[in-house]
Amino acid sequence: MNALEIRQLKKTYSNGVTALKGIDLDVAEGDFFALLGPNGAGKSTLIGIVSSLVNASSGEAKVFGISVQKQRSQAMAEIGLVPQEVNFNQFEKPFDIVVNQAGYYGVPRRLARERAEYYLRQIGLWDKAFRMSRTLSGGMKRRLLIARAMVHQPRLLILDEPTAGVDIEIRRSMWKFISEINAAGTTVILTTHYLEEAENLCRNIAIIDRGEIVEHTSVRELLGQLDIETFVLDLRRPIEQAPVIDGIELILRDPSCLEASLPKSRSLNRLFRALEEKDIEVVSMRNKANRLEELFVRLVTFEQEQQA
Amino acid sequence: MTVKVSAASYWIGYKTILIKEVTRIVRIWAQTLIPPIITMSLYFIIFGTIIGRRVGEMDGIPYMDFIVPGLIMLSVITNAYGNITSSFFGAKFGRHIEELLISPLPPWIILAGYVSGAVFRSLLVGALVLLVAGAFSGFHLHNLPVTLSVVVLTAVVFALAGLINAIYARKFDDISIIPTFVLQPMTYLGGVFFSVSLLPGITQTLSLANPILYMVNAFRYGMLGISDVSLWVAYAIIIGFGAVLLTISLLLLSRGVGLRS
Repeated sequence: MNALEIRQLKKTYSNGVTALKGIDLDVAEGDFFALLGPNGAGKSTLIGIVSSLVNASSGEAKVFGISVQKQRSQAMAEIGLVPQEVNFNQFEKPFDIVVNQAGYYGVPRRLARERAEYYLRQIGLWDKAFRMSRTLSGGMKRRLLIARAMVHQPRLLILDEPTAGVDIEIRRSMWKFISEINAAGTTVILTTHYLEEAENLCRNIAIIDRGEIVEHTSVRELLGQLDIETFVLDLRRPIEQAPVIDGIELILRDPSCLEASLPKSRSLNRLFRALEEKDIEVVSMRNKANRLEELFVRLVTFEQEQQA
Repeated sequence: MTVKVSAASYWIGYKTILIKEVTRIVRIWAQTLIPPIITMSLYFIIFGTIIGRRVGEMDGIPYMDFIVPGLIMLSVITNAYGNITSSFFGAKFGRHIEELLISPLPPWIILAGYVSGAVFRSLLVGALVLLVAGAFSGFHLHNLPVTLSVVVLTAVVFALAGLINAIYARKFDDISIIPTFVLQPMTYLGGVFFSVSLLPGITQTLSLANPILYMVNAFRYGMLGISDVSLWVAYAIIIGFGAVLLTISLLLLSRGVGLRS
């Protein structure tokens, strides 16, 4: 069974803006799914419709086979939502926020307290559980949103840019927690601007642009489309100009830094042999950009050019 | 395992909203409970003791005793209305209303939770004002069922009216316009401080179009056994208003007016 099924979903707001132009999307149960797209592409509208915060103009969204439009209450019981913006009452304590959220889903109060403690401990907020929420840092507030979304133990967890503005250490701990949740069987749908997150965490991906799905495939297949990779090479000794090597594009970024772009079919050994012959010693090497980011930019730019 | 949606889960949801509301009211007691007590004490001192001594009796009742039911109703009305507008609009403004909107709770449970919270505060304040009044004029009770039913129904009516106001409100000014320019004048002209029989012809007839007049008089009947209007007409008007406001509130919440895009 699919965790999420979307058919011909359209949304036109009262100001005439069409945010979704009849999209179809399937997310399999147990998947870790990335939903990517530039700002204003329709991601938040789509999440809004699935979580019933936005009314669809037409079409249908089903969560584990339950229609959001026809059986809203049943469908909502299956979903946990981590919104893009902090939306809890900042004059309440984290413990109360999580316990109350459990109550809205029908979790008895005693069990809600136990679960609130469990998830606040898991997310590293138990020591702040009884402080006023407004005193929490930005990263803590984001973690509280995750604990709140998990307290009724949903089968589908939707995270709308959950790590925006969060430092790398907290971001990593958050991803570890979310990965464990996914490994335990919860389907996860993620939107993020950190594309390396999507590349590292997600198995399947959809790219949405101007209200349309422009790509819907597995991350592996998508990355397979990338035929050229670019590496940044740090050199031991400075050089004056980029060497010429057949089939590999080399650009000298500065006297000690060389950029090499080569097709995936070409071996890196060939690059290193050629550099060694020219007495150029490489001390370190890294990918110039995130691979998914390159594809994302390429796909979105292509769509925009087509429409223009 | 996900909790299944059932009557039991709705009941837990309702209790959660109510507990949250009661906690909020108690947490900010200096804003919710103290001001009405101070205001009403001043009314009792100025209108009851100082002016009331010169007025003497109203409808055969000492003036101090006469104004007690009206002042309790004034507190109940303003607190029921004020509680739900500030709480619901605050949740909308701070976007934590989304916690409820994405939950499985149907609109009628959300409505019941918020209305119950507003009724709780208004009855608590009403009881505190009654205690203050007791210090000035002693306690009077003519008919307990009438007293209780009228005060609860009135609190429900104004909680529903406040909810509709909060649903449409877009800024904080929008939740203060109706209490200031509609509710307060209607309450003061609704027989809190005087019997409508004192008003000249046309004014008396116009006063009968004010629903608050019926609420105040029905409550006065419950406490003192006197009323300017028929008790049954008063019940019909209170219940009628309640039914209309309930229908509108449920319709607005179900459609997500002002809440869902």
